[in-house]
Amino acid sequence: MGSTNSTLSKIPNVEELMQETGFTPAHIVRLYDRFEALDKEKTGHLRPQDFGAINRLAMNPIGDRIIGAFFSPGQETVDFHSFVRILAHFRPADKKRPKDPSMPEPVNSRTSKLKFAFQLYDQDKDGKISRAELLQVLRSMLEMQVTEEQLESIADRTIQEADLDKDDAISFEEFRKSLEKVNIDHKMSIRFLR
Amino acid sequence: MSVHALRKSASSSFVFVGIGLPIEASAPAYQSHGTEGSHLTNITNTKKAFPVLAVNYEHVRKPFEIALWILLALLMKLGFHLIPRLSAVVPESCLLIVVGLLVGGLIKVIGEEPPVLDSQLFFLCLLPPIILDAGYFLPIRPFTENVGTILVFAVIGTLWNAFFMGGLLYALCQIESVGLSGVDLLACLLFGSIVSAVDPVAVLAVFEEIHINELVHILVFGESLLNDAVTVVLYNLFEEFSKVGTVTVLDVFLGVVCFFVVSLGGVLVGAIYGFLAAFTSRFTSHTRVIEPLFVFLYSYMAYLSSEMFHLSGIMALIACGVVMRPYVEANISHKSYTTIKYFLKMWSSVSETLIFIFLGVSTVAGPHAWNWTFVITTVILCLVSRVLGVIGLTFIINKFRIVKLTKKDQFIVAYGGLRGAIAFSLGYLLSNSHQMRNLFLTAIITVIFFTVFVQGMTIRPLVELLAVKKKKESKPSINEEIHTEFLDHLLTGVEGVCGHYGHYHWKEKLNRFNKTYVKRWLIAGENFKEPELIAFYRKMELKQAIMMVESGQLPSVLPSTISMQNIQPRAIPRVSKKREEEIRRILRANLQNNKQKMRSRSYSRHTLFDADEEDDVSEVRLRKTKMEMERRMSHYLTVPANRESPRPGVRRVRFESDNQVFSADSFPTVHFEQPSPPSTPDAVSLEEEVPKRPSLKADIEGPRGNASDNHQGELDYQRLARCLSDPGPNKDKEDDDPFMSC
Repeated sequence: MGSTNSTLSKIPNVEELMQETGFTPAHIVRLYDRFEALDKEKTGHLRPQDFGAINRLAMNPIGDRIIGAFFSPGQETVDFHSFVRILAHFRPADKKRPKDPSMPEPVNSRTSKLKFAFQLYDQDKDGKISRAELLQVLRSMLEMQVTEEQLESIADRTIQEADLDKDDAISFEEFRKSLEKVNIDHKMSIRFLR
Repeated sequence: MSVHALRKSASSSFVFVGIGLPIEASAPAYQSHGTEGSHLTNITNTKKAFPVLAVNYEHVRKPFEIALWILLALLMKLGFHLIPRLSAVVPESCLLIVVGLLVGGLIKVIGEEPPVLDSQLFFLCLLPPIILDAGYFLPIRPFTENVGTILVFAVIGTLWNAFFMGGLLYALCQIESVGLSGVDLLACLLFGSIVSAVDPVAVLAVFEEIHINELVHILVFGESLLNDAVTVVLYNLFEEFSKVGTVTVLDVFLGVVCFFVVSLGGVLVGAIYGFLAAFTSRFTSHTRVIEPLFVFLYSYMAYLSSEMFHLSGIMALIACGVVMRPYVEANISHKSYTTIKYFLKMWSSVSETLIFIFLGVSTVAGPHAWNWTFVITTVILCLVSRVLGVIGLTFIINKFRIVKLTKKDQFIVAYGGLRGAIAFSLGYLLSNSHQMRNLFLTAIITVIFFTVFVQGMTIRPLVELLAVKKKKESKPSINEEIHTEFLDHLLTGVEGVCGHYGHYHWKEKLNRFNKTYVKRWLIAGENFKEPELIAFYRKMELKQAIMMVESGQLPSVLPSTISMQNIQPRAIPRVSKKREEEIRRILRANLQNNKQKMRSRSYSRHTLFDADEEDDVSEVRLRKTKMEMERRMSHYLTVPANRESPRPGVRRVRFESDNQVFSADSFPTVHFEQPSPPSTPDAVSLEEEVPKRPSLKADIEGPRGNASDNHQGELDYQRLARCLSDPGPNKDKEDDDPFMSC
């Protein structure tokens, strides 16, 4: 574990990071290696172009949204801490977590995962998924294969199905409710980040 | 010629087996000069009265008996469900076995030889329909999510069971007092391998009635299907070796290789036939009537082909069903889909019934050799090894699972490991050279009885007692579909960021491959370009629209057809000028493309539709009668041809009466879109053709918002409503149009 320790010592505030996200040292090291591989110019920060260089992300219909999620509003770069914090959302949920109301919600709980997904829909951050935002998502997922009318019908249907308070938009609670039958802990976890 | 053969045999007496009524048929005293074998030349000599009535049982004996058995089985099944309390307490499989015992006893009393469950009959005729039904309707998503766990249970669990039981039984036989010292290790291991496999038929029969949550159901059920490969290999292996007597390391190694060959070979054979079936279905648009046959025949051929090579027939059937389903369903008509579903359910139901009855009969019939110690030990060891196996394996598996298996899940998985007719048939197949054959058969039957009766009957109260999670009924939700797909993309992207080639990456790759290459070849027409989300959405809308017209709420069909017209893929040509032709085409196109994501939990033997579909149907009937009355009092509303509302306005139609029947959330709404003149000229021409009629305008925004669309007269509506509610017999050409029978 010598190399692990030496890598760990390069990262500032690594203890705090591990505490906050729940990653083990081995994971931190792995993520750090990945971070360095992406950071071609060795600036210690990632820019959108670095993300764009990942081929799989470029092909992804919502790739740009995912990239956007890494950057806090107003920031142009992502440092290692933010990188890890975002990825911590996808850690498999811990089995036994004492329900301590005073402690903040851990970043990989079901609610946090859902919130992360919700924020990807809600680009203007007003707490609701409006019809226009939904249409954008549908458009990017379905690419060119459908007509505009089809998209609009689907969007209307979706909102009408989920919208309980009739405000013509989907709030976080409504979003959560529509996904109550899906096993989010399973669906939104990447195994190797355990 | 057959007439004369009849006359000859008419002189013997006939006994109806099972009823025990000998009937002496008076043979027509037809004298024939000359030899016994002469045919037509003996007409002239003595003229007796022409035999008006003659009995000849031998002629129809075999089919008659088969039909009688099946009829008896089904009447029994009918009987159970008429007795109110019985079917709630006792699972059907138990009752059927009891009936079998009674019938067997009856036959024995009469003095006839009761028919034993012939292994040939079982493996070639009775088992395939059940497995095909299971495989075709296998819920893919939970299966693939848990495939690792299922495989571990199926392979390692079965191996553990076989060796544990075989070994301990051998140890038992070594004890002098048991009196079985002649049994060698290989025979015991053979026995162990037969008894160790969880049986899909029994599992299906019992689990269907307890509605357990999806995870546990798929675990036990998947295990019962996939352990066939292991059973086949072990069985053949030990059978071969017990003839020879010794086992070398090479043999063991070959056995392992054989396992992979058997399982992967079976899957490969099944997949090949599956692709063939999918490809064939691409061309069946002109011969809709025989579409279901292709599905059945290709699957059966897959089974037989793999059995021919001693590969795992069950895995071939499952693979065939799974592979062909998405493509076939995109190609076949609505009616064919229903036919396939219906026939599979019917055959598998009959098969299952017959299997259990025959088990009962065979118990009475079969040669038995009872040895208390051996049999009791077998039963106990079965339970013990199953429990130990499940606990041990879960401990290991949970380290790799994201969602762990709880103790309750483990208990149900262990307790639900039922043995059934496959074990019996394999035992029956043992050649008579095994001196322990009768003993083994007796022990197998006892184990089967124990698991089916004791475990089958008590599992339901135990599930209640332990408050195990039950299956949640859920309506298909477009939200879930969209969000799930979104999350799939999200996870694939995040995996990309991490540089991790995981689960989602490969799934994405497979989907892409499927879309670009495979679908192009296997799906007819232009439909292969259609994204799944669209198909799912269209199917939902269609179902709703149908329900609404049937219940009489939609005063006309045109609005929904216009909106459906907008939903069509661009590729389908819109040609006709005549209104009926237009509607016909639209409905036909929509109906052909609606089954892809039908979330039918169709692995229920007793219902053809989901519980919620049945509820919907009954609610539809209720509303229908209500609406009939209301309709008589209301007039049709038309929106004037020069539309006042702006183009993108989507009109929401709510029916006030529905709030009394549905809850507000679940009420389906149909959107009527106004087609804009430039974009869909055909739609506009449609409007213009219909003569404008003046009618009452109602308040669209009000609670009775019954906004309809343009120019549909009452006559047309009634005609269409009649069509829609009664898919009568169709001309052959329009076989795929249930709606255009009028």
